[in-house]
Amino acid sequence: MTQEIPANAEQQPAISLRGVTKRYGKLQALSDVSFDIRQGEFFGLLGPNGAGKSTLISALAGLIRVNSGHISILGADVEKDYRRARMNLGVVPQEIVMDPFFTVRETLEFQSGYFGLRNNGKWIDELLEQLGLNDKADSNMRKLSGGMKRRVLIAQALVHKPKVLVLDEPTAGVDVELRQSMWRFVRRLHKEGHTIVLTTHYLEEAEELCDRIAIIDKGKLLALETKQDLLARGLGSKLLVRASHSIETIPPQYLDRVTRLAGNEVELTIHRDSDSIMQILDGLRAASISIEYVSVLNDSLEDVFIRMTGEQSGVRA
Amino acid sequence: MNWIATYTLLSKEVTRWRKVWLQTVLAPVVTALLYLLVFGHVLEGRVEVFPGVSYTEFLIPGLLMMAVIQNAFANTSSSMIQSKVMGSIVFILLPPFSALEMFLAFIGAAILRGLAVGVGVFLLAYFYVGVSIENIFVILAFAVLGSYVMAALGLIAGMWAEKFDQIASFQSFLIVPLTFLSGVFYSITSLPPFWYQMSKANPFFYMIDGFRYGFFGQSDQPVLLSLAVMLSASVVLTLGCVLMLKSGYKLRDA
Repeated sequence: MTQEIPANAEQQPAISLRGVTKRYGKLQALSDVSFDIRQGEFFGLLGPNGAGKSTLISALAGLIRVNSGHISILGADVEKDYRRARMNLGVVPQEIVMDPFFTVRETLEFQSGYFGLRNNGKWIDELLEQLGLNDKADSNMRKLSGGMKRRVLIAQALVHKPKVLVLDEPTAGVDVELRQSMWRFVRRLHKEGHTIVLTTHYLEEAEELCDRIAIIDKGKLLALETKQDLLARGLGSKLLVRASHSIETIPPQYLDRVTRLAGNEVELTIHRDSDSIMQILDGLRAASISIEYVSVLNDSLEDVFIRMTGEQSGVRA
Repeated sequence: MNWIATYTLLSKEVTRWRKVWLQTVLAPVVTALLYLLVFGHVLEGRVEVFPGVSYTEFLIPGLLMMAVIQNAFANTSSSMIQSKVMGSIVFILLPPFSALEMFLAFIGAAILRGLAVGVGVFLLAYFYVGVSIENIFVILAFAVLGSYVMAALGLIAGMWAEKFDQIASFQSFLIVPLTFLSGVFYSITSLPPFWYQMSKANPFFYMIDGFRYGFFGQSDQPVLLSLAVMLSASVVLTLGCVLMLKSGYKLRDA
């Protein structure tokens, strides 16, 4: 099967979602979700458990049918033009699944054939090599450890050389060594021009790897920004003040900002756009706090994530 | 039509039953042989169903067909339910298969298993009793059509079922009774009128009756009628399977 890409393929988004809605009975799993993922991006899809991330991935992989809206992969509609869409998409599922009848190599050869590819042995060998599966090539899938099975899932997703790779919680339950080697390999794929879409619970991974990040909760898109914009959303930073003596009293106007008070250290939330750090420090000095050291701590992605998803559920973070 | 993909899925399904051949081929052959030994020994000389045909000889086509169709059903149904329960169904849902490609691959592998079991039972029966063949083409046509119909039924059962015990119920309460009441062990002409008519409404009867015609040149119903019933069932079940696969029934929206 040939992969015909239209002439304007470069301008097309890798993934495009328009008004995607999915209901399971009364549960609104996705609510009018629209956004694009550009070609060559390392894109993070974040959200708490049950936010709709896996539903979204299943919808773009054609594993579920949406109630309304359109999804396309490199311009190919996932339902009407499913052959072209699926040829361009590789998905690493969240759950570790396998066919216990076959060896690792058989698994990859079959998966390759499903995409209409014959004589794909060279690429399969390379995948086995890159993912550290050479020694296990002739082992039965049942005999592999969880981490090894996860590597095979990645190899299966890549066996047809898709342009877009979706990794759904790929490092859940994976040891540190495997996690690092997995990211080295995924970074290489990204450098080679693949579009990578990642969902993860490890927010530091998303912060380290992703160019742009979407946050969804309760099936709604809460934010879609570059990592830098998301971190600098103007919501916050923390001001750490260390005094030369134990801090006994905080001026009343700053009490609701205190996130930590221990000995001679106090940590206060500040609003980067509207607060004046100098004014706050003057206020503290006026309360007889002799300031020895000051540090401004920027919000991590985790802080932003918790605040945004907390606001959505009515919980103040 | 992506033939490479279809052939790969067919070959994966064949490899699946070939790797456990003791369970998928040899065990049903041994079961059929036991039926043949026990029923043949007990009833030989006491019952004559067709003139000039011993009871053991009469029994062979029925037992052979029963083994063929039960294994064709078992192959598609067990493969589908196993992949669904274990989650490995995603490996065939993610690639760009059309409904027809998936259908042909699953059915083809099940027919091959049915025929492999059939050849095993035939060889044992041939050396044990000796088997006469009236028309090999009729035998092959009914063996292929019978396993095709039952493989399609197994695929539907596998898609519909959500647990292994639902497949077992399908087998215990539908497939096995209909097979046993289809004239495997007797001619339906020996039944009282009510049960005779009931047997004629059992589609499994036509599989066995037409198949038996290929061995003896005689059957309870005209062979063309049996052929027509089998072809009609094939068309209906093919349409049913392809539509279910196309809609992703209990596969793409679970």
